[in-house]
Amino acid sequence: MQIKELQDIASQVRRDIVRMVHGCASGHPGGSLGCTDLLVALYFQQMKINNRKGKGGHLSFKMDGIGEDLFFLSNGHISPLFYSVLSRRGYFDAAEMATFRKLNTRLQGHPTTHEGLPGIRVASGSLGQGMSVAIGTALAKKLNGDDRNVFVLMGDGEQQEGQVWEAAQFAPHHKVDNLIAIIDLNGQQIDGSTEEVMANRDLKAKYKAFGWRVMEIADGNDMEQVVKGLRKAKRISGKGEPIMILMKTEMGAGVDFMMGSHKWHGIAPNDEQLAAALAQLPETIGDY
Amino acid sequence: MKKYTFTEKQDTRSGFGDGMTELGRTNPKVVTLCADLVGSLKTATFIKENPERFFQTGIAEANMMGISAGLTIGGFIPYPTTFANFGSGRVYDQIRQSIAYSDKNVKIAVSHAGLTLGEDGATHQILEDIAMMRAMPNMTVINPCDYNQTKAATIALASHVGPAYLRFGRPKVPVFTDPNQKFEIGKAWMVNEGTDVSIFATGHLVWEAIQAGETLAEKGISAEIINIHTIKPLDTEAILKSVRKTKCVVTCEEHQANGGLGDAVAQVLSQNFIAPQEYIAVNDSFGESGKPEQLMAKYGLSAENIIEKALKVIGRKN
Repeated sequence: MQIKELQDIASQVRRDIVRMVHGCASGHPGGSLGCTDLLVALYFQQMKINNRKGKGGHLSFKMDGIGEDLFFLSNGHISPLFYSVLSRRGYFDAAEMATFRKLNTRLQGHPTTHEGLPGIRVASGSLGQGMSVAIGTALAKKLNGDDRNVFVLMGDGEQQEGQVWEAAQFAPHHKVDNLIAIIDLNGQQIDGSTEEVMANRDLKAKYKAFGWRVMEIADGNDMEQVVKGLRKAKRISGKGEPIMILMKTEMGAGVDFMMGSHKWHGIAPNDEQLAAALAQLPETIGDY
Repeated sequence: MKKYTFTEKQDTRSGFGDGMTELGRTNPKVVTLCADLVGSLKTATFIKENPERFFQTGIAEANMMGISAGLTIGGFIPYPTTFANFGSGRVYDQIRQSIAYSDKNVKIAVSHAGLTLGEDGATHQILEDIAMMRAMPNMTVINPCDYNQTKAATIALASHVGPAYLRFGRPKVPVFTDPNQKFEIGKAWMVNEGTDVSIFATGHLVWEAIQAGETLAEKGISAEIINIHTIKPLDTEAILKSVRKTKCVVTCEEHQANGGLGDAVAQVLSQNFIAPQEYIAVNDSFGESGKPEQLMAKYGLSAENIIEKALKVIGRKN
């Protein structure tokens, strides 16, 4: 798939995100828009996933993911992005996005396996747990003789959770080198900038000191850079060290008035704001 | 007729370790993890025989629970191990989100539960874990009574699908159940039939209940003793059948009265068959340092206390 095609999908996914959040008047658009390019690149190009179709023409989903690259979303609040990408990739009907955060939905506010939504392998929302789960799955792949990778995305605010550092310590110690972790460095969290709330300081030096191979993506909203970064990560994986990608993004990327502030971390656009957002995001595959 | 025979004293955690050894030889999907307490959890033989199926996490229980959840995704059956306090309260949220809510096939196996850890004192004892784990949707809660039953429960859990919490202790306690028993999750074990009072006990207190039953028999009181090794799902049928016959009950546990076996039984009775109940449990208190038997006496968990409560509850019958 060409960069342009990925960019087109990303534009549609961004439309889905703002529409989903608007549709239920709640959710987290800012971080979702910021990580859109990454998830589109992963699911539509960089990860090997099972393309077989099952019931209703949807991609058949197997929980164990043997022979597939697997992705875990640790910062579960950017669920609208995850749901849109899973749906657009073929795991379930796009129309189901209209049920996001509404009663009796499989698209819970934060992702869960509990409702049986294909594509989700663990619940997330309470922060700091995803990397541990990804490590466990990476270890299982090794035990199974499965040479595919496990990806996990975390937020930068999430680095404040202690469990992240338990996991950070474990992965190099046990040479979990089929793990590619990504931190979304958008510099914002609910109460303000991470700099004000609880500064991360030098994450690169920290992860290096723990024994990770650290690389950077300077602009995580530039599809070319994202693709290049993921290619490199896969190339250097499997060599004894877990990989950490520090990826700078802009919260709200793609919608000018949502960018550059923590304000859009967890609020929904009103009708007028939705129209303004959609005007900036071309429809490519077709709205749900 | 007696359904139990005292053979020797052995710790329940060794039952777990020996169960793991057997699983290591028979079930290639079973893996274990530990947060720096291999000696305490008695998994050394499993680890020696299956080094690739053991993961040392260091003193990092939250990460251990998450890794366990991840291992299930690849089809494995992980048994994360630590002390009960650190395998429940310390990581409640990790168990809740990554294991129970995510419906992962993880068997949390914890030792040193209850008061009888002894000298280490309240920081290392836990008397609230049954309450926490019972409250958690999807979680199976098992508290076996002796070495043989702990071993059987450990093995049975590998064939059970879904999250489970297996709780056992530190001290050596009498071994009295069948070494070749089949462990049935959710099925209470009738130890002795009786007609005057139902005594429902779990964990180490089953033996105390048996001792109490023998003394009560000498006094002409017929006690029905049932071992509730599975606290969730609770065998409500066995409980109701017994209490409908005896019309009164004593529940016995090495745990807080709040939220434990006693409350689980009371919940069943209040909705189905009202009967007087007395609790053998710790009453809203932390533990303290001491020898196990001293602590059992001080906190009212011994056979003598059970006899006292049985006589009291019989007196409360209409």
